[in-house]
Amino acid sequence: MDKKVLMRGSHVIGEAAVRSGCRLYAGYPITPQNELGEYMSEAMASLKDGTFIQAESELAAINMVLGASMAGARALTSSSSPGISLKQEGISFMAAQELPAVIVNTMRGGPGLGNIAPSQGDYFQATRGGGHGDYRTIVLAPASGQELADLTRKAFEYADKYQTPVIILGDGMMGQMMEPVEFPDPIDLNELPPKPWVLDGAKGRPSRIIKSLLLDISMEEEHNWKLSRKYESIARKITSSETFMVSDASLVVIAYGTAARIAKGAIKKVRDIGLNVGLLRPITLFPFPKRALLEISRLVKNFLVFEMSTGQMLEDVKLALEGRSNVHFYGRPGGIISTPDEISKVINSLYHRQHLEEG
Amino acid sequence: MERKVFQKPKYLKKAIFHYCPGCGHSIIHRLVAEVIEELDIGEKVIGVPPAGCAVLAYNYFDIDMGEAPHGRGAAVATGIKRILPDRIVFSYQGDGDIAAIGTAETIHAANRGEKITIIFVNNGVYGMTGGQMAPTTLLGQKSTTTPGGRDWARDGAPLDLSQMLAIAKGSVYIERTSVNSPKNIRRTKKAITKAFKVQMEGLGFSLIEILSPCPTNWKMPPVDAAKWVEETVMKIFPLKVIKDEVGKS
Amino acid sequence: MSRKTKTGRIALDSELCKACYLCISVCPKNLIKVSDTLNHKGYYPAKFTETENKKKDHKCTGCALCAIICPDIAIEVFRG
Repeated sequence: MDKKVLMRGSHVIGEAAVRSGCRLYAGYPITPQNELGEYMSEAMASLKDGTFIQAESELAAINMVLGASMAGARALTSSSSPGISLKQEGISFMAAQELPAVIVNTMRGGPGLGNIAPSQGDYFQATRGGGHGDYRTIVLAPASGQELADLTRKAFEYADKYQTPVIILGDGMMGQMMEPVEFPDPIDLNELPPKPWVLDGAKGRPSRIIKSLLLDISMEEEHNWKLSRKYESIARKITSSETFMVSDASLVVIAYGTAARIAKGAIKKVRDIGLNVGLLRPITLFPFPKRALLEISRLVKNFLVFEMSTGQMLEDVKLALEGRSNVHFYGRPGGIISTPDEISKVINSLYHRQHLEEG
Repeated sequence: MERKVFQKPKYLKKAIFHYCPGCGHSIIHRLVAEVIEELDIGEKVIGVPPAGCAVLAYNYFDIDMGEAPHGRGAAVATGIKRILPDRIVFSYQGDGDIAAIGTAETIHAANRGEKITIIFVNNGVYGMTGGQMAPTTLLGQKSTTTPGGRDWARDGAPLDLSQMLAIAKGSVYIERTSVNSPKNIRRTKKAITKAFKVQMEGLGFSLIEILSPCPTNWKMPPVDAAKWVEETVMKIFPLKVIKDEVGKS
Repeated sequence: MSRKTKTGRIALDSELCKACYLCISVCPKNLIKVSDTLNHKGYYPAKFTETENKKKDHKCTGCALCAIICPDIAIEVFRG
């Protein structure tokens, strides 16, 4: 495949994973992302060194990824919201053990069993570690079919380079939509840098240990700070966002993923009637694009955070701005997909309220 | 000419065992290390220690070892083995690790016939956390969460995981042994050897359940604990080959 | 012609011993006793009673049952 193809989002992730050298997929069926597991079951079988395991639970799956990662493989698991909850223990362990892994969360309505419609209700879970302990994971938020491919490639690279789990945070709509995608060439696994910490049998070298238990409290503290510094270093290197029409905006919408697509449509509509509105679309949710936001806030005093939730990224926006600007919020949780029309009305009403206040 | 006939095996580090006096873990560690040496697999073996008293197993075994979350040893070992099928991968788990929190992962690894070996140390109690009831605690046995003795109505009966695993078609060799006497220790070593050979020959899932004394949490001196295994525990968990499909197609 | 008998001896590291006394319980010749000197861990360790000088009535055969059951690998066994 070296030209554009029309492909369903879930399949795009699978194909991109295979081309990125993924050699083990373990997962458990859960709507709305079953297509990814099904794709991997065929894709892994077609490789001579690929492994597909339909695990007995999401919990077992993340632990199989943990083992595969210890053995040096690029490994992938995926689920949707409730299943991602089950994976948190394993993700915490891998963060502590500094193991690479890629986890795809196709968010659905929640909490609890919720529903199978798209939502963005797992932002906190994804960006605040999600499991126990002082750690974070890199979180990437694609907003198009092409980005699903590109960010999947990046996810595996970041996971290996920074020895940390990476979450690709999508939603049910991302998983189902079909867009033209151009895939990069498959990588040659032999060209990847060797991993000097891998457990593959102590032949010609001292034996190795991969663990996270640090009973000595000074050592645990030191490890916590080491991880913290790692995340700061990651933030300096990979933070990413996209801006759309912000240079003359007096109101900027902040949204990611599917919400950003809807917002862009809404912004085009309101631009047509003369409102100066722009969009900031975080691509890395952790690390959060604080600098990009602060840069915009030097001239823009009003932001509208739009999420398919009751307001989670909203907190990161407020934290980053530290009161410098007005932050408004519009959210639709539970699986509701707003239309660009609906959002354009929200923007319109807010825009005029702003101007009335400014007199 | 005098010659040394018994010493610390090569694949155990110099570290001094933290285990309690009379604990079976370090006997079992020694046996596994001896078997690894005798089968000459020290350079291709990868071990997965549990959460439990043996969480520090990597301080003792001089082999590659990777920590698994509590109960997940069979899943972690599966991940390693699927990526490195020519290495020998074993999980070392206590009774709570394998038969309580890890039941699903263990049964399904056996069901899939994962070519891993599990060393299951059964001491009928949760040692590291201070002596609570385990799935294999006997009826009437006192523990910190069964102060009046394990009661069938409240706590259920002891679980025989090895029998459950035998039903799974993917399990090839399952044996229960003990380390409470020199004779049984020798038997355990033979069983461990057989289990590793099953993996080396690519036949499927193997597991050795080893009855082990826990003098501290059973609140008896080590010599009495060893006797208790013989006189009481073995009545509920008899020593035997539970499944042997080696040589059968 | 004198018949060659199996002789053995053990070297018991008293500092590794945790006084479980399993070795004492398995020695078929009762050659291991409890020492009356504490080791650094605070245990009264096991002690091999057959001294090196004792050639007459030497009982240890180097059967190694003690070493096999010792959880702390505190015993090395020699034969010959």
